[in-house]
Amino acid sequence: MIRVEGLTRSFGAVRAVDGVGFEANDGRITGLLGPNGAGKSTTLRILYTVLRPQGGGASIDGVDVVADPLAIRRRIGVLPHGAGIYPHLSARENIAYFGRLHGIGGADLARRVEELIAELEIGDYADRRAKGFSQGERIKVALARALVHAPKNLLLDEPTNGLDVMATRALRALILRLKAAGHCILFSSHVMQEVAALCDDIVIIHKGRVVAAGTPDAIRGRFGSQNLEDAFVAAIGDVRGLE
Amino acid sequence: MSPTILTVLTKELRESLRERRTLVNSLLIGPILAPLFFILILKLALSRSVAAQDELTPVTVVNADAAPNLVQQLREHSLDVRLRMGTEADIRRWIAEENELVVLNVPVSFGSRFAEGKPAAVQLYADGSDSQGGKHAMRVREALAAYSSLVGALRLQARGVSPTVVQPVVVDDVDVSTPSARATLILGMLSYVILLATLMGGLYLAIDATAGERERGSLESLLTVPVTREHLIYGKIAATTVMMLAALAIVSSSIAFSLEAIPLETFGMTANFGPSVVWRVFATVAPFSLLAAAILTVVASFTRTYKEAQSWLGIVLLVPTVPIAIAGVLAVQPQAVLMLVPSLSQHLLIQGLLRGEPLPAAWALLAAASCLVLGVALAWLAGRLYRREAILG
Repeated sequence: MIRVEGLTRSFGAVRAVDGVGFEANDGRITGLLGPNGAGKSTTLRILYTVLRPQGGGASIDGVDVVADPLAIRRRIGVLPHGAGIYPHLSARENIAYFGRLHGIGGADLARRVEELIAELEIGDYADRRAKGFSQGERIKVALARALVHAPKNLLLDEPTNGLDVMATRALRALILRLKAAGHCILFSSHVMQEVAALCDDIVIIHKGRVVAAGTPDAIRGRFGSQNLEDAFVAAIGDVRGLE
Repeated sequence: MSPTILTVLTKELRESLRERRTLVNSLLIGPILAPLFFILILKLALSRSVAAQDELTPVTVVNADAAPNLVQQLREHSLDVRLRMGTEADIRRWIAEENELVVLNVPVSFGSRFAEGKPAAVQLYADGSDSQGGKHAMRVREALAAYSSLVGALRLQARGVSPTVVQPVVVDDVDVSTPSARATLILGMLSYVILLATLMGGLYLAIDATAGERERGSLESLLTVPVTREHLIYGKIAATTVMMLAALAIVSSSIAFSLEAIPLETFGMTANFGPSVVWRVFATVAPFSLLAAAILTVVASFTRTYKEAQSWLGIVLLVPTVPIAIAGVLAVQPQAVLMLVPSLSQHLLIQGLLRGEPLPAAWALLAAASCLVLGVALAWLAGRLYRREAILG
């Protein structure tokens, strides 16, 4: 369960995040939707504790992200934007390395890595060096790495970027399975179809502010449009109209 | 040691050992080829200087009949005298086209002027812009001067004057260098070869673990694991140190091995580089490797890409030369206070070992302590850098 309230963060004169607030609940997929530069990545980076907010606050499972970043990191699995893996380690070693950093070892670690390899269907290339992996294979390993400590909450920053159709579908199926297992999943995207296909809740962000939030139906209803894309344009147009 | 540091250390070493290019650069080119190359140059220089001593100076004498005693004297100075006949134009052509180096022309009037006790001129032709010609002309000139002063002395004696009257000052060259000290002069650069190879051993790992990790996009994931960030960077510094120690062990042994190939004794030199010196050189430079690993890591942490890191660290590799070069120019003698200066202290300690006159053990400990304290301080600084948000780049 992720709760964000009035979050602000500037880089120099640019207000990247300007009072963002929303909630993401367990067993649901929440999509952060917005054009490039809207503030999605900055919001996620504050949530996974590599950036500090300048105003407002956020908590995950009731733990404040600023007060106790180590406790937060134990509760979250993170797939950062353009996540890379170690080219000279095999898929299995990449996953195990993060397991060890999470303090898992011995038979527990071996069992957990084996589980993830099966669950994410990495088996075919589990013991190959990651150097020649396709983008899809890389993302899967990075995701397995993020899940190694079985976190309750998942933060995914544009996970389908650069994936082909088949890899995207496989990833969607995986995210749905994780949702069914009761995880709280927050992911960002600028692709409307993806958010429409997956999300239970949508948070539309534009210029660092939330311009609309709710279930897909609620958002469609609010902007009086049949499809989500029109609603998205209308939501962003709203803001432009106010300027 | 915290388990995080150990996990990171193991992983970084495993990755490094798997990449052939890194391994070749870190443990082969630096520690093995650099000393071999150095030793080859040394060998070449030594054999050239020996060859130069044994080499006969060729001199072509024109109109030798006018000065038979002079020619005899030149031969006794072990000059390779050849006789030819020709005009001044011929002489210039021989030097320009026929590779004659030095030509001595004896004028027809030489005999008569010599007999009358008047200054008798000869002309020495050589190409002064040619280093060979200049060198040989100098040796011919020395032989002529010796002949001239010999004849002068005889003439004075014939007139009842002691020849010592015209020798108010006599110079005796006394070479006080011991064979080992002479070798040290030539082998002086070895300490820098050792320091450089040690630095190069950790160079690639230091870049890969910082700028490389960021460029590949794995840094952000790494920073989201629930560990103290300092421990991540300490692990990377520890891995770099281990690679440097490996390079140091290889370079010390490789130098000992390569030096066997040079018959230093034939040049009146001895180099102390037996197994015990190899071990002591390793112990002397080992603390330096922690400092060097921390410096490389701190500098690489500031850079955004692999290439940027490479160009910056290229400059850092030259830093250890600075104190050694300054001390060399100022001809600094080893002192306790200099043991506080990293790289210079290692240089002086290695020189002492090579010379067979090791510096006091307390000095070696002081040098080690200085490197370790600075190394720990820089590692701490690297840890601070990893706490900053800007580390994401």
